[in-house]
This record gives sequence, structure tokens and C-alpha cells, in this order.
Amino acid sequence: MLLDIHEPGETPTPHETDSTAVGIDLGTTNSLVAVSSGGKPEVLRNIHGEGLVPSIVAYDADQVVVGYAARKSLADAPELVVSSIKRLMGRGLEDVKRLAGALPFEVDESAEGMVRLKLAGRTLTPVEVSAEILRTLKRRAEKSLDREVTRAVVTVPAYFDDAARTATKDSARLAGLDVLRLVNEPTAAALAYGLDKGSEGLYAVFDLGGGTFDVSILKMQKGVFQVLATGGDSALGGDDFDHAIAERFLSERARDTGLDETTPVDAKLALETARSAKEHLTENDNGSWSLGGRGTQSVHTLDTATFDTLITPLVDRTIEICLSVVEDAELNVNDIAGVVLVGGSTRVPQVRRRVAACFGCEPLADIDPDEVVALGAALQAEALTAGSDTLLLDVTPLSLGLETMGGVVEKVIHRNTPIPVAMAQEFTTYQDGQTAMLIHVVQGEREMVDQNRSLARFTLHDIPPLTAGAARIHVNFALDADGILTVSAREQSTSIEQRVEVKPSYGLSDEDMESMLRDSMKHARVDMETRMLTESRVEAQRNVLALRAALDADGDLLRAIERRSVENALAGLEKAMATPDRELIEGWIEKLDDETQFFAERRMDRGIREALAGVSVDDLERGVGTDADSAAE
Amino acid sequence: MQTEAQSAERGAKAGDEPGVVRACWSCRGPVPAIELFCKTCEALQAPIARDHFQRLDLKRAYDVDLERLDHSYFRYQRLLHPDRFATKSAKERAISLQHATDVNEAYEVLRDPLRRAEYLLSLAGLVINSGEQTINDLELLTDSMERREALAEANGAAKVDEIIAVAASDIASCRTDIAIAFANQNIDAAASLTTRLKYLQKLAAEARSARARYGAAPLTATPGS
Repeated sequence: MLLDIHEPGETPTPHETDSTAVGIDLGTTNSLVAVSSGGKPEVLRNIHGEGLVPSIVAYDADQVVVGYAARKSLADAPELVVSSIKRLMGRGLEDVKRLAGALPFEVDESAEGMVRLKLAGRTLTPVEVSAEILRTLKRRAEKSLDREVTRAVVTVPAYFDDAARTATKDSARLAGLDVLRLVNEPTAAALAYGLDKGSEGLYAVFDLGGGTFDVSILKMQKGVFQVLATGGDSALGGDDFDHAIAERFLSERARDTGLDETTPVDAKLALETARSAKEHLTENDNGSWSLGGRGTQSVHTLDTATFDTLITPLVDRTIEICLSVVEDAELNVNDIAGVVLVGGSTRVPQVRRRVAACFGCEPLADIDPDEVVALGAALQAEALTAGSDTLLLDVTPLSLGLETMGGVVEKVIHRNTPIPVAMAQEFTTYQDGQTAMLIHVVQGEREMVDQNRSLARFTLHDIPPLTAGAARIHVNFALDADGILTVSAREQSTSIEQRVEVKPSYGLSDEDMESMLRDSMKHARVDMETRMLTESRVEAQRNVLALRAALDADGDLLRAIERRSVENALAGLEKAMATPDRELIEGWIEKLDDETQFFAERRMDRGIREALAGVSVDDLERGVGTDADSAAE
Repeated sequence: MQTEAQSAERGAKAGDEPGVVRACWSCRGPVPAIELFCKTCEALQAPIARDHFQRLDLKRAYDVDLERLDHSYFRYQRLLHPDRFATKSAKERAISLQHATDVNEAYEVLRDPLRRAEYLLSLAGLVINSGEQTINDLELLTDSMERREALAEANGAAKVDEIIAVAASDIASCRTDIAIAFANQNIDAAASLTTRLKYLQKLAAEARSARARYGAAPLTATPGS
């Protein structure tokens, strides 16, 4: 058999693992994709040089259009167009009804859990609509990089709850993207500004996007971005400025034309007019706009003073949130060395003035506020795949709690706790022979369950039937580095692992997700198979590298003939890795495992002998400094 | 949201005592249990049972140098954070998640003066209930009632500011006393001082929210740790 000998690290890597990872800003109003190479991030543009993809999706009978083309359809066929879908991510029908202003969507009133839109004869979840935008970004990246793109860092508002984060990850999956990490938008912006490279200190990032508002306080040190506190409102943004203007225009129209009923189509058109009025007033003192529809035409004027009055309550709210986040971080506004502006809505002059006044310093805005988040995401995508010394330490924006007697919330994880975080809680049964238990998880700061966001109801099954209070069920709540919740449970007295059944309050069930994958891609099965093949190859690669390292270190434990058979198994696995046959690869992993069992045992024997003999100088050195009692100082 | 009924449980660490040699999960060679990484194949090893001080290389004591704590915390997260393992195998990513979670927990407990005191007491075998237990320290009870009353009767920002200032200085001296008690291994004294600290901090928080009703507070430094 011919052997391919490689130096460790030079082994050919499976091609999937070295595909480029991109950074995606999935915004309420606009989305972008960027890529970074050598620490220099760049927004990927279309042939017209446009980086922004308006987050607008138009559903035609036979095709789906995204971006500027979809915005054009707004005028002709507004009933087929969806915009600002991000505001509905991970939300239920009740939440959507509470959102301010006339709703530019028709929703399925009968659906439970996640809200569903009725559009062009289809019923769509926000996850599916967002996936269309992500697909467009993926295609743009593939076209401009001329290679397949399957991995991405996607940004989310820092204030997004678990349901909205999960929905974002699900959308990416539907679009054929593997999410390496969800990064909070303010943190991504701080990364793009390279705030750690300047003087050490405390910075605020004020991020007012189309539909969400975030503010984060970060402590900067060389290479470290430590978020101390974060806050915001996941339903406050430039859209609300549009709503304020649109409502004024619509009420003027009602007064002038007698049309007092607002249809979803009217709302869409008025919002679109309001948006252009808002943008105009950023540079000009006044203007006038006309509103058409249903055979009427009305003209509306607006000047900056009136606009300022309309949005003052909204800007007030952002400033209030800033102050309370500063207090959460146990700081004063004077401690903040600088403030960064992010998001298109920070172009509104009143917003700039008020932020400058609040923090007592002129805000940084030298990077385009529309692009800064995507650039930061691209930097993080490069850091995760190519390696980096930069460290992002983020926190959970919302407390995690459990429903207790009387609908009162007991907090298990407090807001602004660094993630990943885990907290264990013990529960007991209250009835003899009880074998199941319901746990209701909520997210939020309020005292009563119904004032917070319901995340999920978990049913613990298979509890051993004991007398009331005898079973001790240990439930572990963990938020991972994406801020997504995982729950596991174990009965302590019997150590029986509990089956946990999740009913996400506003998420998608696994079945929903599967059927969407099936419906949306004819290649869903192929996609799944590719994913599993990649995972097998990564695993095989790890085995190969580990064994080579072991041979380098302890090769002397093998006789020549044993060495040859190990090398043969190794070569077999490497050969299998080059094929697309997952079962073959896994077969060889197992074979290699068997063939090297005796080698592993000899290595362990030697290791333990050495440890017992206490001959290892390294160990002696290590003993100092790690032992708490002997540690210096 | 995800569910992992069989997710790596923290209890699995028990029994992995420092000083023991275990088999690397990746190359199956020997690794001293206190090592984070296998020296042979560089794979990250599962965490072992360690206390928060050990985990961050700090001496077990109430006095903690916060700059040193930060430094140590960043050093370990740089090695262990899941961002370092984004392209590694699922198993190694799961191990990194456990480590990063442990390090975060250690950091959160050690940087907070009250939680640090409670943790040291628990290491000494004493448990302070987090619930609303009755106080049997009559002096503390009287004192706390008097301060509450004063706060309720305070009219005007200046009065509340005064209460805040007194509480802040009492908190600072209480922390000093706790450090002395722990240094002298006087656990009983440390325990009753810790209860006192808890009440003082609660009062200070109430005073601050009462102060918020009068508009912007003056720029006093928040008591550090």
C-alpha cells in the first residue's frame, strides 16, 4: 500500500472546512453581508456598487424577490410585500397586536405559538421570510467570492430574547447557512471600530436600527471586549419614527378626504411615504409629500420642528434606557470615555444631539452606521475560522426565571450575567407517585409570569414514583455563547436522566422545522447528508491528528510490525476521508480505534507509572501556582 | 431553544481529583487531571472539580485584587471560550462550553463582595440561606429597622443622599471587617458580618431607587469592592 505521509498540520483538510465564513447583519430595514481577510473587513456589493439589501420580500405567484426589486413592488402590489419582518422574529400573535401603529401584515388569527402571515395565498412564518433575505445574501457572497459560502456569523440585537435568537438561527439553517456564532450588534460595532486598540476604557454603543434599540456598555482592554451591561427595547426603532409620521399623515388625510378607515395597504403606502419624509428631513428643514390610494390624493407638509416633536417621546425612551444601563453597570455617565453610534436611525439629528448631551461627548460615527455591524460580524467570522487573539465576552440581556406558586417568577439567571452561564435548580414532587412535572421558563425582569416573555414549557417525564417531596429533580438551565437556552434534568436519588419535552412558546417545533426544510429546498436531504459528512470528516481529521501526535510522543512503545499496522489503519482512514462516503469514513474511524486500543493502553500505563514515580519535573513545577494554598501572594 | 437530556452534566466531574492521571478523550494517552490541554494532541480536556479560587489561580482569601482577578479571568477565557473552538469537533466545543461556564461562574462569584463572602462561608461548611430567613441578631434587626424608618421619612433629595452616604461608608467598613474575620479564621464573626453586609446592601439599593424619584443623583462614586 502506498502511503501518503504528511507533516501534522499539513494534512489535506476536507474542502468544506476551509470555505469562507461571512458576516451578516440581518437588519429590520436593511441587511448586508461582509467578509474579512487579514483583519480587513469589506462589505460585499452588487454590480451597481450597492451594499445594502433592503429587508423586503415580495411574494409573486411563482417567484420570490428580495431587496430593491421587492421595494419597487410596494407601489404596484403592496399586498404581496413583507417588510420589517425582524420585528416579528420569535413573537406570538398577542405580541404582534401590541406593536404600535396599524399593522402592515395580515396574520393568521388561528395559529398558535409563532405568528404566521397570510400573504399571496400562502401562510408564512417570520423564519421563512427571513430565510429569503439570508438566501439573497448568501448568493451575493458566493457570486462575489466565486466560491460556496456555508458558514456565517449573524448579528442580532443585544436585547433579543431566546425565542428571537432561536428564530434567527433557524432562518439561517433554512437558508443553508451554518451559524458559527450569533454576535450582539453593539458588540460587533465595537469590534469594527477596534475600540480595544485605542486607550483602555469604558465605551457606550448606542444602536438605533429600523426596529430595535440596543445600548451596551463595554470595558475595553487590548484585545478584550468585555460587555458590562446591556439594555434596550426590541420593538423601538426608526420604524416607530415612520409610524409617528404616517399616523399624522393618515389622520390629516382622514380630516381632508373623509377616508377614516386604514387598510393594511394604506398603512404600507403611508409608511413608505413617511420613511422618505424622515430621510428628507435629516438634511432639509421641511418638505411636502402626497399620499395616494383608493381614488384620493392628499398633500402633507412637515418641518423639522414638527418632526422633532413627533419623535421626542421615542428619543426620550432611548435616553432613559441609556441611563438605566449605565446604572446597571454601576457607573456614572461621566465614567464613559466615548460613545459609538450605530444604525441608520442615528442619522436623525435629534438623536445625535440627545446622545451627545447624555454622555457629554461628541459621538463617534466615522464608520457608516449602516455598515459597521456587518463589518464587525465579518471580523468575528474571520477570527472564529482563522484564529485570533480578540476576546468577546458578552452578557445575557434579560433575566431567566421560573414560574412558582401564584404566578410569581423566581429568577435563576440574572440579567447582565456573562455568557455562557449555567444554573442548577432543584425541584421536588408535591404528590405521592407523581411521575411528571411541568416547568415554565420565562425571560424578563418583572415580578409576575404574565408580565414577562414566556419562553417554553418543559415537561419532565419518567420521574420515579416516590412519596411526595422524596424525588429530587436537578434541573440545569444553561445559556450558551449565543444566548440560547438549553435545559437538562436528572433525578438525584436514582440518577435517572429525565426526558425533557419542550413546548417553545413562540418557536417552531422540530416537526415544523423539518417540514419547512423539506418544502423550501428540494435538496434538503442532500443538504443534511452534506452536513453529516462534514461532521464525520472533522471527526476523522481529529482522530488522524491525535494519533500522529501520539505516535510522535510515544512511538517507541510500538514494535516495527505494530507500527506498520497502525500506519496502515491511518492511511485507510485518510483515504476514506477523501471519499464522500460517510459510512466508509465512520467504519475506518472505528477500525482505527480498535487497531490502536493496545497502544493507548501502553501509553496510559507509562503515564501512570511516571506519575507514581513522581519523576516528572513538569509536574513539580506545575504543582506551584495551581495549588490554592501554595500560590504566591 | 434546545434540549439536551443527556447533555454533559456538571456532576460528571466528581472523582476527577487533581494529581490523578486520566486518559485523553482524543488521543487516549495519559494527561495529568489538572492539565487543561493534552500535551500530546492538544485537545482540551473536560473540567475537573475545582473551587472558584483554584479555577482562576487565586489564593483562597476574602481580599481579592480585582485587577488580578480580571487578568486571570481574561487569560482563562482566552484559552477556553467557545469562540476558540468554533471550528473544532462537537465534543471539543461542548467541553469548551463547560469550561467557559465554570470560569464565568467563578468570576461572577469572586468579583462580588457579598457573593464572595457567602462562597467562602460555604467552603467553610456554613450555608447562608438566600431566602428571607429571620435574623436573630437583635442589634442588626434594630439597626436595619431604624434605617428603613429614616428612609421612609426622608423628605427631599438631600436627606436621601445622606442616608446613601452613610450606608456606603458602613458597607466599606463592613467589608474590611469581613476580610479581617476571614483572615483570622473567625468564621462565626464572618458569618454575622456577611448577614450585616447583605442588609446594608439591600438598604443602599432601596435608598438609590428612592433617590431616583428626585431626578439625577449627584456624582458620587459607587462603592467599589
